[in-house]
Amino acid sequence: MAETHSLQDMRQQTAITAKVFIQRDYSSGTMCQFQTKFPSELENRIDKQQFEETVRALNNMYAEAEKLGSQSYIEGCLACLTAYTVFLCMETHYEKVLKKIAKYIQEQNDKIYAPRGLLLTDPIERGLRVVEITIFEDRSLTR
Amino acid sequence: MKNCEYQQIDPQALPTPTPTPPPHHGKDTEKKKEPRRPRRKWEVFPGKNRFYCDGRIIVARQSGVLPLTLGLILVTSGLFFIFDCPFLVKHLTSCIPVIGGVLFVFVLITLLQTSFTDPGILPRATPDEAADIEKQIDNTGNTSYRPPPRTKEVLINQQVVKLKYCFTCKMFRPPRTSHCSLCDNCVERFDHHCPWVGNCVGKRNYRFFYTFIVSLSFLTAFIFGCVTTHLALRAQGGKGLVFALQESPGRYPLVICFFSVWSILGLSGFHTYLVASNLTTNEDIKGSWSGKSGEDVTNPYSQKNIFINCCSVLCAPMPPSLIDRRGFLPTDESAQTGSADIELPTLAAKSEINVVGSPFALQKSPSPVETSLPAVVPTQHLSAACC
Repeated sequence: MAETHSLQDMRQQTAITAKVFIQRDYSSGTMCQFQTKFPSELENRIDKQQFEETVRALNNMYAEAEKLGSQSYIEGCLACLTAYTVFLCMETHYEKVLKKIAKYIQEQNDKIYAPRGLLLTDPIERGLRVVEITIFEDRSLTR
Repeated sequence: MKNCEYQQIDPQALPTPTPTPPPHHGKDTEKKKEPRRPRRKWEVFPGKNRFYCDGRIIVARQSGVLPLTLGLILVTSGLFFIFDCPFLVKHLTSCIPVIGGVLFVFVLITLLQTSFTDPGILPRATPDEAADIEKQIDNTGNTSYRPPPRTKEVLINQQVVKLKYCFTCKMFRPPRTSHCSLCDNCVERFDHHCPWVGNCVGKRNYRFFYTFIVSLSFLTAFIFGCVTTHLALRAQGGKGLVFALQESPGRYPLVICFFSVWSILGLSGFHTYLVASNLTTNEDIKGSWSGKSGEDVTNPYSQKNIFINCCSVLCAPMPPSLIDRRGFLPTDESAQTGSADIELPTLAAKSEINVVGSPFALQKSPSPVETSLPAVVPTQHLSAACC
């Protein structure tokens, strides 16, 4: 997993100092959306625009996963006709998008967040409640 | 509650918790080297659920009357197929057992899916999350053991909705989520806990439940109709209705169906209304959106269109299970090396709980009763001391 890989690399020279939690944004209902408000703890670590872009991209992907369109209606009706047994054999649309999200987070961690001593945790590992950002203190600077 | 002071506890000084089956909860470093069977997350799940098939099947701890439900359906359908079908096939049409068979299979499959599917359980907050939320809540210096009920207001589609804080799961419940006391879990889009299926009905299994009750109404009405026809034909052809009733064991399905068809039809009708207005049983009973208190409230989740409401409830993409029952818990090595050696010096400088964020932690509720892996024990004691 992305975080284990990064943790193993980082643990020799860094330590966790804090965790920031980006909470859910319920203004448009129960859809999975996260707040784009920039937390103050990250002020001197990362660009506000960069952060907002990451959260917006995540929000868009979750919206895509939960989208009600003609495709989801057809899938739903077909599933109903088969007494929903298709869910046992097929990967659902949501699961496909979750894989995409996991890849995106790993990419963001590798390219943008890890070099700045930050680590994004995939929200699915926190029950889609929060985006957890771990802030590492860079010990190599103090040696 | 006084402002929580998170003190650094030396994990080495903590007593080893009483060992339960896998005895690997001590802090001794030599224990790290012992090979251990990797455990799955369902084995340490804090809610009152039971798991079968290595975590693939989840049911509530109290199975309620699920065996009775299954028994009634099997016995009634069995009697129907054995005693009524041969007669009706001879005198009417051979479609009857086919239709009955399809309905019966449908009912059974949807019932089992409703009972064995995760209804949308929300995993409990990790200790770090819980601490973060505690910090954000305005502390009025209340010294009683339980702080006053915490609520947070959010605006959903221009409607003010109050989110309540769940003391068990240590988080603010998302909208439409409710904590089921029987299962001891927060369930998303909580409808009700159904004893007939022995499980909660929530976001993920509502469509199974709805299909179950609708197909059960069809099956019950179908059996009722067929048995009545059977008895009527027998009565016509022979010695009267009373004799026909006494002669055939087909009277039992008639009795069962007669008494159950009204309640099942009623339930289906009620849930059809709920689906069409995008409501849950919980909200309907509490009158959350009916404006009882005189305020101008409308259901913020309804799309104001019956068809769209039905589609969004029944045909939306199937959400994933959030509790990851079959995932493996990280071994003690990965949990300890991150925390024990390196973290202590920096932790002493801070007054916050700092634990290596590991996926397994989300399954642990900070309760002293739970046995745990080492990295979580310090925070358990910290949280227990604080709360």
